[in-house]
Amino acid sequence: MEYRTFLIKYGEIAIKGRNRYLFEDALVRQIRHSLRKVDGEFKVRKEQGRIFVDCESEYDFDETVEALQKVFGIVGICPVVVTEDEGFDKLKADVVDYVGKVYPDCTQTFKVDARRARKNYPKTSMEVNADLGEAILESCPGMKVDVHHPQIMLSVEIREKIYIYSTIIPGAGGMPVGTNGKAMLLLSGGIDSPVAGYMISKRGVELDAVYFHAPPYTSERAKQKVVDLARIVAAYSGPIRLHVVNFTDIQLYIYEKCPHEELTIIMRRYMMRIAEHFAKESNCLGLITGESIGQVASQTMQSLAATNDVCTLPVYRPLIGFDKQEIVDISLKIDAYETSILPFEDCCTIFVAKHPVTKPNVNVIRRSELKLEEKIEELVKTAIETTEVITVE
Amino acid sequence: MEAYLDNSATTPCLESVKEIVVKTMMEDFGNPSSKHLKGVQAEQYLRRSREQIAKTLKVNEKEIFFTSGGSESDNWALIGAAMANRRAGNHIITTAVEHAAVLQTFAFLEEQGFRVTYLPVDQEGVVDLDALQNALCDETILVSMMYVNNEIGTIEPVAKAAELVKAKNPGILFHVDGIQAYGKLRIYPKKLKIDMLSVSGHKIHGPKGIGFLYIADKVKIHPLILGGGQQRGMRSGTDNVPGAAGLGVAAEAAYTDFQEKTEHLLELKRRFLEGVQELDGVTIQGQARRGAEFGAPQIVSVSFADVRSEVLLHALEEKGVYISSGSACSSNKKIPVSGVLKEIGVDKKLLESTVRFSFSSLTTMEEIEYCLKQLGEIVPVLRRFTRH
Repeated sequence: MEYRTFLIKYGEIAIKGRNRYLFEDALVRQIRHSLRKVDGEFKVRKEQGRIFVDCESEYDFDETVEALQKVFGIVGICPVVVTEDEGFDKLKADVVDYVGKVYPDCTQTFKVDARRARKNYPKTSMEVNADLGEAILESCPGMKVDVHHPQIMLSVEIREKIYIYSTIIPGAGGMPVGTNGKAMLLLSGGIDSPVAGYMISKRGVELDAVYFHAPPYTSERAKQKVVDLARIVAAYSGPIRLHVVNFTDIQLYIYEKCPHEELTIIMRRYMMRIAEHFAKESNCLGLITGESIGQVASQTMQSLAATNDVCTLPVYRPLIGFDKQEIVDISLKIDAYETSILPFEDCCTIFVAKHPVTKPNVNVIRRSELKLEEKIEELVKTAIETTEVITVE
Repeated sequence: MEAYLDNSATTPCLESVKEIVVKTMMEDFGNPSSKHLKGVQAEQYLRRSREQIAKTLKVNEKEIFFTSGGSESDNWALIGAAMANRRAGNHIITTAVEHAAVLQTFAFLEEQGFRVTYLPVDQEGVVDLDALQNALCDETILVSMMYVNNEIGTIEPVAKAAELVKAKNPGILFHVDGIQAYGKLRIYPKKLKIDMLSVSGHKIHGPKGIGFLYIADKVKIHPLILGGGQQRGMRSGTDNVPGAAGLGVAAEAAYTDFQEKTEHLLELKRRFLEGVQELDGVTIQGQARRGAEFGAPQIVSVSFADVRSEVLLHALEEKGVYISSGSACSSNKKIPVSGVLKEIGVDKKLLESTVRFSFSSLTTMEEIEYCLKQLGEIVPVLRRFTRH
């Protein structure tokens, strides 16, 4: 069967009351953006609570579906056959033709589910169901009607034109990006942070990101890996402005002045401060991290509190109650895993102490930071000024 | 300023190589398998290249087969010879310090049912010839040994090994991985009793994606790549004319003014060893620890105590100095560190602190001095910041 149109089903948007058009418009925008990377010409249109994608040139079905599956806000993607309304006999013939082509073995149970957006259609929905069902039974004797658990749910929507479909390919769910503001993702080279970005973006949030680079302790390849990860997340979230901060001097200064077992916590506090600086600069409403309680020393409740202490923006931690395996599963699903596990040193581990504090006391940490007074402001300023911004799409 | 001291990884092409590669891509682009004039013209380049290579080895040009590079040459020599001589015996021998292209191929042959002996090496990486003598048996059909170790520059006693092998049984095939040796040492397979020799183009200022395998006449070996019957059916696939032409030119150039080039390399090595040993906490690995005259002239392996090799590599890179860390490692995932360094018994603490500097005839003394100066500045700084 060759399809020229997709019917896009969306979920939560439908309940958003008077803001509904904002959500629909955002979804149309995101679909257009996502299809820009696919070969072919596509028209995306809104019509009475439905969004349609018309394929106006040659296109690749799988590639198109894959792109649509990365758009948040889409619940289902239905390849539809569109026919003109030229009387009920013609409709019968079209439906029989559709069933014959899509289900050539003719052995399934089915149910017809007709809907009339055009209420002046000469038959009621019930009548359409019954008459089309009969026509199918006649032409495919092997098929049976089952109104409770049909194997095939054949939808027929009667609008200006008539839409016939029976397949719903699952979409990514969530809400269209751009309907819920923007947040700054702290992106390391690991498994967790890309997943965290994906999850927040799924709720309609645009992303920017910050990565802390520590040459010569971390390599150019480690940085490339983070750019690659940002690109994987951006396939869902739309363009990401990735801030690459050179963190080496700050890290070495902390190393020289502060107790080694506190190094990681203090380092992370400075990362949060710098991330927040860029977040505010780009109108982000919060920070996102991939932290999960207890995963490592710096993610105990005490450590999280000590890190959180320096933030004024809300910090969103969508993985906070997740086990590693659950995070890995999502990472695999979004195709980030293979990139995440490439073995390059990241800046959090290069000087990690043998026995880092696991229950830091915020007041102690604050006191330790006083030892940095002399130069730290200058170093942070330089790090911010020399930050490189890469737009990743 | 830049100092490219990673010539054992790859080398820049010579201008003359570039010219012939471009010419055979753009003008004389024919397929030697074609019957028309364009094909005949292209074939001339293959002939010429074989002549140039054969001359450096003092062998017959019919014994030169082009491959896609060093790894293919090694794979073909070992798999092809083992399979072709399977009926004569089931035992094959190599050393513990070979390149992955050889070790992985032996592992594959082991899976295919061959019995493999891996010969141990001494502290300088020199193969234990007594062990070879003891390992040779009636079942042995193939022995493979590298000429120059790619990580530490040790020169293996290839001639003596060949003597032992052939004394045991002239029918045992002797393969040499000459990838780091060709162009740096004189290699005469007939004299050395080498049956097969692997060489790579891009290590001697030739193009990447080309190499050759020398196969002595009368050696029984199966082809690895089957197809259109090119290279007398021994290695099918449309001939890589630009690669082969470039390789021929590079091979000839490598052995032109050979004496001077060797002298130059030795001078660089001497100065480098002298300079680097003025720094604290430095250990030279391999034969070069006894002096510049020992080991291959182009490779120096150095351990810097309390400095992680990868960090040193990146710190030098920031200054435009390019070297190799030999072993990639990270704190999260422990990737096995260099097998060679382990085999020669390098102190555990130095395993992740060892880097390789490798020179070519194009390397200048200025590059060496620049590198030494940068090392002098960087190493003490890196030692101030170490993991606790």
